Amino acid sequence: MMTYIEPLIGGIILGLSALLLLFVNGRIAGISGIVSQSLSLRADSAWRWIFILGLIIGPFLLSDTKFTLPVIDSSWWMIAVGGLLVGFGSVYGSGCTSGHGICGIGRMSKRSISSVLVFMATAAVTVFIIRHVIGG
Amino acid sequence: MNLFFSLLAGIGFGIGLTISNMVDPKVVLAFLDITGDWDLSLMFVMGGALMVFIPSYYVLKKRMNRPLFADSFFEPTLKEVDKPLLIGAAVFGIGWGITGICPGPAIANLSGMNEKIFAFIFTMLIGMMVANWFKRTQ
Repeated sequence: MMTYIEPLIGGIILGLSALLLLFVNGRIAGISGIVSQSLSLRADSAWRWIFILGLIIGPFLLSDTKFTLPVIDSSWWMIAVGGLLVGFGSVYGSGCTSGHGICGIGRMSKRSISSVLVFMATAAVTVFIIRHVIGG
Repeated sequence: MNLFFSLLAGIGFGIGLTISNMVDPKVVLAFLDITGDWDLSLMFVMGGALMVFIPSYYVLKKRMNRPLFADSFFEPTLKEVDKPLLIGAAVFGIGWGITGICPGPAIANLSGMNEKIFAFIFTMLIGMMVANWFKRTQ
């Protein structure tokens, strides 16, 4: 049961942060949108750069606790191909786990609910193929 | 003021993703592996987030005409489910299933200085630029 407490608390913090950004700054906390639009170096993107900075600092603040960052051991080609698909899909589909998964579902958006159902399904099928079909 | 709260929300996201273990691709893949040793702990991340977001959203949206420090709510205007949404979600899911990494956790992992995260973010940014270019030309 203890293993569910931390995800729950982490989730609550995510929800509160998304609320903060929306009701104070009027912005949707969708990481793919924030990252992709921060690439255009306009002055009104300053909040995006600052948000990204916070996203990097947050885990760093926890580095002396038991909540440390993981070792990532996927193969190089999986990392490269996965990154490409994640980047393309999240921008072409207008959002990822944060924008659609939290803010979008939270606003009961039909688009976001559809998106989450589709990406959960293709992700689960992909894991199934890699682990149980190819991996044997 | 605006920027201060952006920083705060970003830090909150970084801490939330780390405490919930969403930063660990192994945990994410175990969550997606429904026919294996299914680890459904990540359901609680979404559950926790929505538990506070949904009720607050409806209460605050009714009471506030505009955000505290902005002129208006920058909310998505599209309402209909269209092809780019579905194609994008499907492609995103495949990439997420291959790596167990999505954009938020990728950035949150940066201070770990793991070279694979740099590679992931590099190709992710390329993918994002291609998608932006695709959207502009359509």
